[in-house]
Amino acid sequence: MKEDFLVPRIGHAVRETVPRMGMAARFLVSSLTAPVRRDFSFRQWLRQIFGLGVLSLALMVVAAFFTGMVLGFQGYYALVRFGATSALGTLIALSLLRELGPVLTALLFAGRAGSALTAEIGSMKATEQLDAMEMMAVNPLAWVVAPRLWGGIFAVPILCTIFDLVGIFGGYLVSVPILGVDGGTFWAQMQANVSFHGDILNGLIKAACFGLVVTWIATWQGFSAHPTAEGVGSATTRSVVMASLAVLGLDFILTALLF
Amino acid sequence: MSTADLVQVGGLHFARGSHAVLDGVSLRVPRGSIVSVMGASGGGKTTLLNLVAGRLRPDSGQILVDGLDPSGIARQDLYRLRQRMGMLFQHSALFTDLTVFENVAFPLRRHFRLPEPLLRKLVLMKLEAVGLRGAADLTPAELSGGMARRVALARAVVMDPHLILYDEPFTGLDPISIGIIATLVRRLNDALGASSIVVSHDVHETFAIADYGYILAGGKIIAEGTPEELRASDSPLAQQFLSGRPDGPVPFHYPATEDFAAAMGIPMETREAPRP
Repeated sequence: MKEDFLVPRIGHAVRETVPRMGMAARFLVSSLTAPVRRDFSFRQWLRQIFGLGVLSLALMVVAAFFTGMVLGFQGYYALVRFGATSALGTLIALSLLRELGPVLTALLFAGRAGSALTAEIGSMKATEQLDAMEMMAVNPLAWVVAPRLWGGIFAVPILCTIFDLVGIFGGYLVSVPILGVDGGTFWAQMQANVSFHGDILNGLIKAACFGLVVTWIATWQGFSAHPTAEGVGSATTRSVVMASLAVLGLDFILTALLF
Repeated sequence: MSTADLVQVGGLHFARGSHAVLDGVSLRVPRGSIVSVMGASGGGKTTLLNLVAGRLRPDSGQILVDGLDPSGIARQDLYRLRQRMGMLFQHSALFTDLTVFENVAFPLRRHFRLPEPLLRKLVLMKLEAVGLRGAADLTPAELSGGMARRVALARAVVMDPHLILYDEPFTGLDPISIGIIATLVRRLNDALGASSIVVSHDVHETFAIADYGYILAGGKIIAEGTPEELRASDSPLAQQFLSGRPDGPVPFHYPATEDFAAAMGIPMETREAPRP
């Protein structure tokens, strides 16, 4: 067999992958531009922001609370050696706002909402619902995918904001009442050293980008899933794995760009 | 071009890879009639429907639906053409997140801005026609297979289509539901003045309602005619299909590259010499 050799196998894999990437890109562009055309439903879009947000909200709050508390302990451990525990508030806030908030939100979103999106769209495909829509002269990209994509782009920054706030509150609970850092210093230092543009906005831009990438991967995996139960199952797994890796990789690029 | 035919298909070829799914298929659907396309599973029947609906592009040959070529027109025009088509899917394909009422209302809501009372009347009329007005507020999960198929039928005809496509409408239903669907196919076709293509492998039910039938095998039309003509057909292939015999022109055995004895590892010397 020719495919047993390395070079033909690489060539074969490239020839499989490149057209798929092209199709995924076209899928993204025609879904994203749906609001410009007339066949976009703003009501569906709001419903998706709400649905995707509520789906992962409880998870976010719990995760954020614990992340903030752990940051309080670990930050104190490092800062107390330099007698700099007054900077603990700044450390917690900057870690969350710039890095942990967007990244953890996106990873949890991929696991909770992303997988649900893939399964939902995949099973719509397996039960011919997307075909039926197409036959009723309704474009599934505009009606099904576009509201979810735009929903993800808006839902993740909102979730990220909640994550940041809950995380900072968790950090405060550990730092001030438990570890005995002065409350006034904690908040004053944070207020003085966190900039709206450089830190908060920066983190929200990251979150929006992650939201786009996670929902893109999730909807595309659902849309291109093999229309069987096994196909939808493996697409869901692939969606979470790919979205998580994409978030981590993109995080590096965005951090380098926005630094 | 004859305007007596709503659908004209001529010399249609379609291949997936090197496998010819349709190999020179020609058929026509006269206005107001129900035309059935029968054949074994995997024989290209659904592909033919997808070609007529403009969801696939033929390799060669011509398709005309209401004088338009579905694969040759712009997407917007194709969508406008599809508003005049209804399709019933094998698995009903109801939207699971919408109620029965909203499923039937979906095409109307997407394409027209109708006042709510008018929309309600239109939808309930179609649901009444399939006998499910009382089920309007149920969700698809609460319906039996036969009821779901009827709701899907109501949804397929809610825009008063000129052409209704049926993909295996009888598959997976109990005998009573099959009878109901068959009656509805005929009744809706005549009441709406529409034309229908029924793709099916259920010979008995299809013959009961079709005006004209085609039998598709190996990508070719092997027999055509009214149900009576088809039953009397002298094509061995058509007869095998219509009477459901396991072996005949369509072989029982899937072709293998080596013969049975070789596959079983029986050495050449010990094999019986072919009798002269």
